[in-house]
Amino acid sequence: MTGTAYLDHSATAPLRPAARAAVVEELSRVGNPSSLHGAGRAARQVVEESREALAATLGAHPSEVVLTSGGTEADNLAVEGTFRARRAQDARRTRLVVSAIEHHAVLETAEHLAEREGAEVTWVLPGSDGVVSPDAVRSAISGDPGSVSLVSVMWANNETGVVQPVREIVEVARQFEVPVHSDAVQAFGHVPVDFAASGLDLMAVTAHKLGGPVGVGALVARRDASLQPLSHGGGQERDVRSGTLNAAGARGFAVAAGRAVGELAEEAQRLSTLRDRLIRGALDIDPGIAVTGVWEAGDGIRRLPGNAHLLVADCDGEALLYLLDAAGIACSTGSACRAGVSRHSHVLTAMGIGQQDGGAVRLSLGWDSTAADVDAVLAALPAAVAGARAALAVSR
Amino acid sequence: MRVVAAMSGGVDSAVAAARMLDAGHEVVGVHLALSQHASRLRESARGCCTIEDAGDARRVADRLGIPFYVWDLADRFRRDVVEDFVAEYAAGRTPNPCLRCNEKIKFAALLDRAVALGFDAVATGHYARITDGADGRELHRAVDVAKDQSYVLGVLTGQQLARAFFPLGDTTKPDIRVEAAARGFAVASKPDSHDICFIPDGDTQGWLERRLGEQPGQILDRGGAVVGRHTGTYRFTVGQRRGLGLDRSTLDGSPRFVTAVDPARHVVTVGTADLLGVDAIEGHHALWCGRAPDGVVAVGAQVRAHGEEVPATAWADGDAVRVSLERRLRGVAPGQSIVLYDGSRVVGSATISRAFTSDG
Repeated sequence: MTGTAYLDHSATAPLRPAARAAVVEELSRVGNPSSLHGAGRAARQVVEESREALAATLGAHPSEVVLTSGGTEADNLAVEGTFRARRAQDARRTRLVVSAIEHHAVLETAEHLAEREGAEVTWVLPGSDGVVSPDAVRSAISGDPGSVSLVSVMWANNETGVVQPVREIVEVARQFEVPVHSDAVQAFGHVPVDFAASGLDLMAVTAHKLGGPVGVGALVARRDASLQPLSHGGGQERDVRSGTLNAAGARGFAVAAGRAVGELAEEAQRLSTLRDRLIRGALDIDPGIAVTGVWEAGDGIRRLPGNAHLLVADCDGEALLYLLDAAGIACSTGSACRAGVSRHSHVLTAMGIGQQDGGAVRLSLGWDSTAADVDAVLAALPAAVAGARAALAVSR
Repeated sequence: MRVVAAMSGGVDSAVAAARMLDAGHEVVGVHLALSQHASRLRESARGCCTIEDAGDARRVADRLGIPFYVWDLADRFRRDVVEDFVAEYAAGRTPNPCLRCNEKIKFAALLDRAVALGFDAVATGHYARITDGADGRELHRAVDVAKDQSYVLGVLTGQQLARAFFPLGDTTKPDIRVEAAARGFAVASKPDSHDICFIPDGDTQGWLERRLGEQPGQILDRGGAVVGRHTGTYRFTVGQRRGLGLDRSTLDGSPRFVTAVDPARHVVTVGTADLLGVDAIEGHHALWCGRAPDGVVAVGAQVRAHGEEVPATAWADGDAVRVSLERRLRGVAPGQSIVLYDGSRVVGSATISRAFTSDG
């Protein structure tokens, strides 16, 4: 194999050079941001400046940004922390209204609360286009609004890249005075995300999907959000999150987010053009290849500009992934993996797409993607599809 | 050649993969996910399908610098091996799931998938040798007689052997461990796996009871007298002595063994040791390594893994085989496999339908 075309930005994006430089510089300095001496104060300054810069890119107030270890922790804190706090205020609030296409960080947290803490989860299904409609959220809440502790609908889906009508869903929930959380891990830095304008109560973001370092994220939480901490210690972050503050991570996140949001408009256009060529080229291979969810050429608003999620009929998704990998194309099925074994995606199931409908592959572009990457995929795809179909045929 | 090295996470398959690479092949490591609910960590030396084992295999692949994948064959394994195992016990027979796995999974599902994906062959860490004979590929016993696994590979046909590599057949197990350590594999001192991989606690009877439920019945002696009760015929296999729980002992106090299992009537029959010996075996589902033998041929016959080989004559008749043993063997249960040898060469195998004494 000669070289690798990296089309798995939705799994993790390459570190932006500016973010790398910032992280390396910060890692070479000593100082606990909670210490009171000069080194500590300097580190604290880095954290707070980073928080302010991040807040500006998020449309949030700095005090609303709770730094975490990443998106998963932020989602856990949002769902579990809110459930516990709001149920403590009113014991009737045992219900979680959760979209069926959430990331496992939300899904498993809700399941855990159902199994261990008496939560009742009302799952909201998307349409076959992958969109969770505000009306579906309304009917999920309206049966018994007083019992709902939280609504959770992600901003953009990590498999299909379909952007959800978060603003409209918040309006619905607000009529019932129910708080809303959104996992914006895939959306932030790729489509316009404005926390204040969205009306959300809580929002999870992470650095490494937009070119920042792995291991740092944030829960954006309104000042009046009710949250119980999940971990206990020094209470460094608003008394809801403990642990030594990660100055290098915070600065790397802020730098990467600044770049991503600063160039978002032109990048969205550039990437959706590349994506459209990729999707069209795939669809041209044969009629058994389809794109999942909403897709309109030139649209970088209703679907992530860099996301091409393909469903290939009569094909084994794992085999397709292997053959593309062997051809130097890095991508993923987008579905959950456990010890390297992929299971049929809950997102596709919720959209009414079954295992018998084919194998899925997610090709995701980002800041360093080029036309050559798309060329490489389109060159490798026909043979990979043929091979993966042969692999399925023998496994029956 | 492009070769899939099946990597269980154990020491044998690790060295097998390394040797294939040394031989100049293009090697890709594949760990088979066979369990429906793989546990995270190994809890005993038994079993081989935990997530920890997949991780051990991955680390060996990292060290070798080869690509590594986990292929999910759990559905096929459940259907072709586990359900077959349960059905065979329910029918009063004693299956060997390792043979079934080699026949249906490693050298069928895995091999077919590998070929479909552009590979030429599958390599495993089995102890057996493949040679090129006048009539094509031949399967032989391993150099290490204590580890020889040719019995569980006796189901392979010439076509399957043509796409198989067993790089460990010329080496003893202790030497493989030394080689693994020299290669820097962390699994060099990992314990061997034993018994049935999908029954990690080794309690086959308890495992079967959870699937088949209690099916109580009587234990009879040869004369038809009730000498005990049982909770399921699947708990018994011909030749079994332990765990019978009989109320009445024989007049002379001699031990009794299971001589027959009849699940339809829920009856287990017991008798003294002299009733156990058989010298005639009929088998079905005959599989030949190469051509089927023509007429009556002299062979060595083996009816269990690591069991003794006895001289015999065999006659192939389509899917069936009749074998006449020169010495009596004890405890031969329907469902077991009989593997036939010509010297060290595996001739073929069959599933035992009936074992009896030729003088009636």
